Amino acid sequence: MPTRKMTGRWRPAKLVAVTAAGLLTLATAAACSSSGSSSSGSAPAATGSSSASTGTSPITQFPRNETLYTSGTLYSAPSTWNPYNLGNYTTGAQGLIYEPLFLYDPAKGVLKPWLASSGTWDAANKVYTIKVRDNVKWSDGQPLTGADVAWSITSAATNAANPYNSNAASVASATASGNTVTVTFKGTPAYAAWDSYLWKAPVVSKAEFSKVPATQVATWADTKPVGTGPMTLLTYNATETAYQVKPDWWGSTAMGLNFKFKYLVDVVNGSNNVELGALTSGQVDWSNNFLPNINQLINGIGGYGFKTYYPNAPYMLPANTAWLTFNTNKAPFNNVNFRKAMAYAINPDHVVNNVYGGLVKAADPTGLLPNLSQYVDQGVVSQYGFKYDPNKAKAFLAQSGYHGQQVTLQVPNGWTDWMAAINTLAQDMKAVGINVQTVTPEYAARTTNLTTGNYDMAIDNNANLDSTPWTYFQRVYNLPIQSQQTAQLNWERFNSPADWALVQKAGSTPTSDTASLKATYGQLEKDFLQQLPMIPVWYNGAWFQGSTQHWTNYPTSGTANDAIPSLWRGYIGSLTSVYALANLSPAPKAS
Amino acid sequence: MRRFLSRKLITYLIAFVIGVTVDWGIPRLIPGDPVQAYLSQFRLQPAGYDALYKTMSEAFGTNGSAWDQYMHYWQSILTWNMGVSIGNFPARVTTLIGQALPYTLALLIPAIVLSYILGNRLGAAAARRKGLDNSVLPLGYVFQAMPYPWLALIIPYLLAVVWHVFPLSGGYSNSLLPTWSWTFIGSLLTHWFLPFLTVFLVSLGGWAIGMRNLVIYELENDSSRYLRALGARERVIRRYAYRNASLPQLSGLALQLGVVVGGNIVTEIAFQYPGLGKLLYTAIGNKDYFLLQGIFIFIIIGVLIANFVIDLVFISIDPRTRLSMQGAPA
Repeated sequence: MPTRKMTGRWRPAKLVAVTAAGLLTLATAAACSSSGSSSSGSAPAATGSSSASTGTSPITQFPRNETLYTSGTLYSAPSTWNPYNLGNYTTGAQGLIYEPLFLYDPAKGVLKPWLASSGTWDAANKVYTIKVRDNVKWSDGQPLTGADVAWSITSAATNAANPYNSNAASVASATASGNTVTVTFKGTPAYAAWDSYLWKAPVVSKAEFSKVPATQVATWADTKPVGTGPMTLLTYNATETAYQVKPDWWGSTAMGLNFKFKYLVDVVNGSNNVELGALTSGQVDWSNNFLPNINQLINGIGGYGFKTYYPNAPYMLPANTAWLTFNTNKAPFNNVNFRKAMAYAINPDHVVNNVYGGLVKAADPTGLLPNLSQYVDQGVVSQYGFKYDPNKAKAFLAQSGYHGQQVTLQVPNGWTDWMAAINTLAQDMKAVGINVQTVTPEYAARTTNLTTGNYDMAIDNNANLDSTPWTYFQRVYNLPIQSQQTAQLNWERFNSPADWALVQKAGSTPTSDTASLKATYGQLEKDFLQQLPMIPVWYNGAWFQGSTQHWTNYPTSGTANDAIPSLWRGYIGSLTSVYALANLSPAPKAS
Repeated sequence: MRRFLSRKLITYLIAFVIGVTVDWGIPRLIPGDPVQAYLSQFRLQPAGYDALYKTMSEAFGTNGSAWDQYMHYWQSILTWNMGVSIGNFPARVTTLIGQALPYTLALLIPAIVLSYILGNRLGAAAARRKGLDNSVLPLGYVFQAMPYPWLALIIPYLLAVVWHVFPLSGGYSNSLLPTWSWTFIGSLLTHWFLPFLTVFLVSLGGWAIGMRNLVIYELENDSSRYLRALGARERVIRRYAYRNASLPQLSGLALQLGVVVGGNIVTEIAFQYPGLGKLLYTAIGNKDYFLLQGIFIFIIIGVLIANFVIDLVFISIDPRTRLSMQGAPA
């Protein structure tokens, strides 16, 4: 028999109880996320207590007119500010917190002294002397000294687990005397690699980083980063990272850079439509997302007032070269005529217009980015360069001994623009008789395939905007070929000792000797175009769109304000993005 | 009772072991080495790569033989140390789950429980009132048959984009830091409402339809007729019918509550709500096997606990279960 009374009919009290329980859980959610952020990252707690001790209450809300909202860099909850953790560090760790010795300005093609006030080679080009800038302080109040710079260089030179190890491999020693650091080299310095080190690698605090075991230099979390940069880490949680502008940053006096905002909040990315919604509603000001067809909303169209780097096509600054790579040890890719057939079969304009809607540019046949055009030998390109020509493609294909066997072309699953691009490329190649099948393995599987050479064809773009063609040609020709090409170099496994010797020669030519560098790179370009170890297709864009609802004066190409508007890892903190941020000014109030 | 409980516990234990084993095995069947993919971003020369690979494999527990890894996995579960996330390296899996869990529970538990209570009432009422049956039920069918992603577009479009009543996405406003302030709690609530509403509406229809059909069946079956023949009042008959009809509904509720800890992926993605569903989705995108495993362990435990609780509830509300447990013929 029933032991209890039947439950009563609809009672408001019960609903109230359930609703109250729900709200209580939600309140706990808030408590947990706040305690979560301050316990996993002690930085916010530290900031809170320090501001409490100076008498001001800790911030709970970012005033809209003092805050710049950015997005396009974080795809999951921020977790590390270690600038050596190249795969994972939260954007801003380098650039806003840690800084390099120099910045590279691609618009002008020069290295700007940054934490170094100067850097010079001796007359024999054997010893490099760095003058460390005076009056620079770490965020813990300690002065930046030559010892910090020397420690950073020595760690890179001697610790194989430091990701800048290959850049500093030729360094013999780095010794500090006051604010002067003298760097000596083993034999001929690797000039190109060292140049890259100067503007790519962070200067870290000796006091902080020497506490970390050498093998963990790139993997420890560094959630209380101590940097020289313009901002400090204020707080972070699963959806955003907040930086606070440092009032006494050295750059405001030395460089005249003054930020008009007080907080920079970088928001974790949602889907494309969420990002577009956030931008149109003014919740995000600065977006480094790829937003398809954003060019239809710029220049006041639709009343949105979005800005891009170029006001007209291609709108986006070329950021890196997307190329077709293939395993040249395998048939039919080991046949140069087959590779040429592919190069002539591909129409990059199909990718540029049909996939990107004109937001990107077709690549130069050499694959070098426009900022390095002074190193492109136009005579070589006009003589040996390739362009879309299906008839020539068929002629080369006929000489290649290819018998219609199926070959695969892969990109990581979920990279939607690349997935569309390989369909276009496959169609172009099918049109001349190459039987291409597109596949989209997961990113991890694809990376394993390329690293071990277990693939036919793939799209890749892992040579970023750089100050020298050396990085790109090292990427193409690096030897020896290992069973696992872990450094992401020479994924096409192209074995040409003569060209590798040329790359090494260019790398050990002083960067000031542009005449002989141009001759060497001209030879490499000629070989590249004749052999086609890979096929450059288009320039991926440094996606950027700025909303003028709250902030204006975004950088534009061809003006005095032409800094690189990218907060991506490897761009901010190496290129001129800090200038772009400092140049922003509040939007005039709408009437 | 003790025999019943020990039998149940053993069943659950076996289910747990199988669940954990599958959870351990599945990511290892996926092609590609997660550590290798992660380290490729460092672009290290082989010497540095090998050093880091060793460090990371130890951190992730992917070194050693399969048996060692399996044992290591059990050890990490029993010590409640789910390891380190790859996508959010070096954050701990338990930390990430702990941050996301409250959002998911606050969203789904009220939505499911409220829709259960209201939906059952509505369904039962519809079973005996033609007018209600003709108006509310079709609406329930519409809500239930409607593709949820579509609903999750229409409602925010109207209430957030067109009328600006509620915010479009997120767990709280990006301009706020999590603190105990009314502004922040208000922001939490306004961001919570739309995802809650969509989940609530969709499940409401489902419960109502189920209850209506069950009550109609119960009102027509022999026991109800017998009661009626004895001269019982219609109200009493309806009460018994409702109680009987509640049993299958309760099993459904248990299942729903069990998978709550997995979050609601579609809702949380559509609204960018920072719960477990979104975490799971990001983990899949990042090939974050260790985070995935951690979330699945939560789901496994959640389903098992919910089932166990519902077993106990059935004992208390269904005399037949109690009798069969004591060995009497049902």
